[in-house]
Amino acid sequence: MEGPTSTGIPNRKLAMWSFIGSECMLFGTLIATYMIYRGRNLVPPYPHDLLNIPFITVTTFVLLMSSLMMVLALAAVQRNDLRATKLWLGMTALFGLIFLGGQYYEFNHFVHEGLPLSRNLFSSTFFVLTGTHGAHVAGGVIWLSTLLVRAVQGKLDARHAETVEIAGLYWHFVDVVWIILFTLIYLLV
Amino acid sequence: MAMTDAHSTGIGSWLTTVDHKRIAIMYFVVGFAFLLIAGVEGQLIRLQLAAPERSFLDPDLYNQLFTMHGTTMVFFAGMPLVVAFFNFVVPLQIGARDVAFPRLNAFSFWVFLFGGLFLYASVPLRVMPDGGWFAYMPLTNAEYSPGPGIDFYVLSLLISGVGSIAGGLNFLVTILNMRAPGMTFMRMPLFTWMALIVSALILLAFPPFTVGLIFMLFDRRFGTHFFDAAAGADPVLWQHLFWVFGHPEVYILILPAFGIVSDVIPTFSRKILFGYPVVVFSGVLIAFLGFGVWVHHMFSVGLGPVVNAVFGGATMLIAIPTGIKIFNWIATMWGGRLRFRTAMLFAVGLVATFTIGGLSGVMHSSPPADLQQTDTYFVVAHFHYVLIGGTVFGLFCGFYYWFPKATGRMLHEGLGKAHFWLSFIALNVTFFPMHFSGLLGMPRRTYTYAEGLGLDVFNLISTAGAFIFTLSFVPLVWNLWRAWRRGEAAGHNPWDASTLEWTMASPPPHYNFAEIPAVDRRDPLWHPYIEPESRREGDEPGGVVPRQQPEEPPEPVVMPNPSYWPLVLAVGMLLMTIGGLGSLGLTLFGLLVTAVGLFAWAFEPPFGGGVH
Amino acid sequence: MSRHSAESHPSTRLYIAVAVILAALTALEVMVFYIEALAPVLIPILLVMMAAKFALVAMFFMHLKSDGPVLTAIFAWGVFIATAIVVGLMAIFGKFGA
Repeated sequence: MEGPTSTGIPNRKLAMWSFIGSECMLFGTLIATYMIYRGRNLVPPYPHDLLNIPFITVTTFVLLMSSLMMVLALAAVQRNDLRATKLWLGMTALFGLIFLGGQYYEFNHFVHEGLPLSRNLFSSTFFVLTGTHGAHVAGGVIWLSTLLVRAVQGKLDARHAETVEIAGLYWHFVDVVWIILFTLIYLLV
Repeated sequence: MAMTDAHSTGIGSWLTTVDHKRIAIMYFVVGFAFLLIAGVEGQLIRLQLAAPERSFLDPDLYNQLFTMHGTTMVFFAGMPLVVAFFNFVVPLQIGARDVAFPRLNAFSFWVFLFGGLFLYASVPLRVMPDGGWFAYMPLTNAEYSPGPGIDFYVLSLLISGVGSIAGGLNFLVTILNMRAPGMTFMRMPLFTWMALIVSALILLAFPPFTVGLIFMLFDRRFGTHFFDAAAGADPVLWQHLFWVFGHPEVYILILPAFGIVSDVIPTFSRKILFGYPVVVFSGVLIAFLGFGVWVHHMFSVGLGPVVNAVFGGATMLIAIPTGIKIFNWIATMWGGRLRFRTAMLFAVGLVATFTIGGLSGVMHSSPPADLQQTDTYFVVAHFHYVLIGGTVFGLFCGFYYWFPKATGRMLHEGLGKAHFWLSFIALNVTFFPMHFSGLLGMPRRTYTYAEGLGLDVFNLISTAGAFIFTLSFVPLVWNLWRAWRRGEAAGHNPWDASTLEWTMASPPPHYNFAEIPAVDRRDPLWHPYIEPESRREGDEPGGVVPRQQPEEPPEPVVMPNPSYWPLVLAVGMLLMTIGGLGSLGLTLFGLLVTAVGLFAWAFEPPFGGGVH
Repeated sequence: MSRHSAESHPSTRLYIAVAVILAALTALEVMVFYIEALAPVLIPILLVMMAAKFALVAMFFMHLKSDGPVLTAIFAWGVFIATAIVVGLMAIFGKFGA
């Protein structure tokens, strides 16, 4: 498709890493805002009234394991094992969906407990930060589903390993962001 | 998708083009149009301030005009003109046939264009934003700025920011990955180096601004409290987010100009650049330090002596790599065989006027001095010296330098020189007196001033200078017209310059290089060329780059296919943006169009149609 | 194709080992959170474990360990500037001490 590159790294892979570098600043700014405003909330409910550590630990675990599924999918497509590729791609997307379902439940629960988006400083920072992350997960699920459909159509094999790898990079980055958010939002409450 | 012939010039071929040279021309034309519009806005501001207590503009309109002037100049004139040069020059300088992602490149242009048009849709609707280009909270919240004006600001910068990030990504990958064989980092022309640094800056600086704009949008539309002091928040956070972006943005605008000048001065001095590695690394250092000085825009906020001292010190530090470059340029000219063509005049003009602006910048890097100068016309004088004397002169320098390459026609030297001298005089007549009116205490962003404060004469001179500025565009436009009608043919290398873009015909064929050159040193065209067959062991001084590319490619060249999808994707995002003014349905429809565009794009073969 | 990948990218067994460590670290994080005796040093402990998980995913799942210095440099640059901005802003807003 394209010739050798100056660095030896494929263009799309280099672009995805550069994009991830840029995304670090996006989430960095959101995290900075959350951290600066931590403890400045004036109107109830407060974070410790609502955050449910056991529940979020489960969804965190699910997202973490989806990253394992993702690398297994990559390993499968690299050795041209299409059955395993379909299985692990599907599992990754499914685990992503479970995480999103958990987030939907959590948001819904918070709103019912009296924390709509516009309630206070906590609601503003919490929903926009975790919501931005959730939107990234949703984008990843759509991307992975597209790859899964291609795999089911028989149009995804070892020649497309790079495509799967790049989708995987994005997916792992979204996971890495959650590793940080889990600690900063939930465990350091 | 429509396989438009690469040589066709119909409207469809422009809408679907992925050729970096044509995208460069579109960027240039649109950016130049916005430059003229924003220039007219500046001229109107100067008319209002020509004399004390004039009522030519009412205060509301005045606020709208300075907001539109600043926003347009930075985002819709300065940046696209910079990117126009990235597009045209970078692939040619590194020996590439196009950028790494040609369709993404077209997409960047379309969202920039739609962002600009969206912002200017506020003009006929008479709801121009009026919060300044910095849009400080809480002035810009829903309570103090009701009406859609600020929304036009937020949404237009969000959509054009997407294009900027996509462009930064594209040029970063292009420069890292698409270099010709042998083009190591330390053999890259300086303009390409600065384009690389600026691409990295764009990638890191735009996200904080995007986040700030989203906070602002949410505060205004959905009742969040990111900048609401009553809820425990701190409106100053907006200033931080804005300037964490805004200061690197200054370097995004100036470093490309430095790169242009670093290529032009050696060409017209007949000497290689003095201290090439130092110029490169001072550029890297400026970009790095640029993320640690943002608070110098906020000294008067009252963040305390420690914070102010730290950021004041960092700001003084950044003057060092900048000053180093000035000395490099002077040392390059020293003892050279100088030819004062128009491009060289603008380059030397930049060295002089940027130094003046840089010096006043060092003055307000000291917090106590800044407290006297902040929000006065002294600061206005400072940043117009660096933005016009630096960025705009650098861009004009590049314009006169590469115009023959882009069009195949020469510009008239006499008209060019008239343009230079008029704009050089205009810059100094307009903005030098502002140092005095500023130190006398004249505040910025105030629609008038009282009589008898000693400000009258300085303001009158400034307004006169603005008229000279307007006048300076006459020889430029005349020159363009003349070149179009009867410009002399440019040939391959009219300036006898040293870099790869001068080895091909002017204008370059759409595949750029018939044969990708191999490079074995900096300034390859300034070393004798020895034909491969007669090259021997002991031929150390001989270069490997032929002076002229072959007429026809010896092997078939595969070029990227034209595509409608970048435009479709950009239209989808425009619809989402318009929907952001208050129509959820339109936003969702836009999202659908975007998704369709994205999928069609992903499954469309990027290469393979237009074998030449 | 597969030979090259097998050489440059880690094996399935390694992936699973990394995942087990990640899961264990997560469990440990939550345990530490509930042990009251550790409250005074909770923040540094959690930050170290967070950094360890971050590094594991980046090095092994994202292959930075085997993919060479260019990509690592790009990512490290973004992480460094972002961290510096976060820490700098928190310091300006008085989040450390006082």
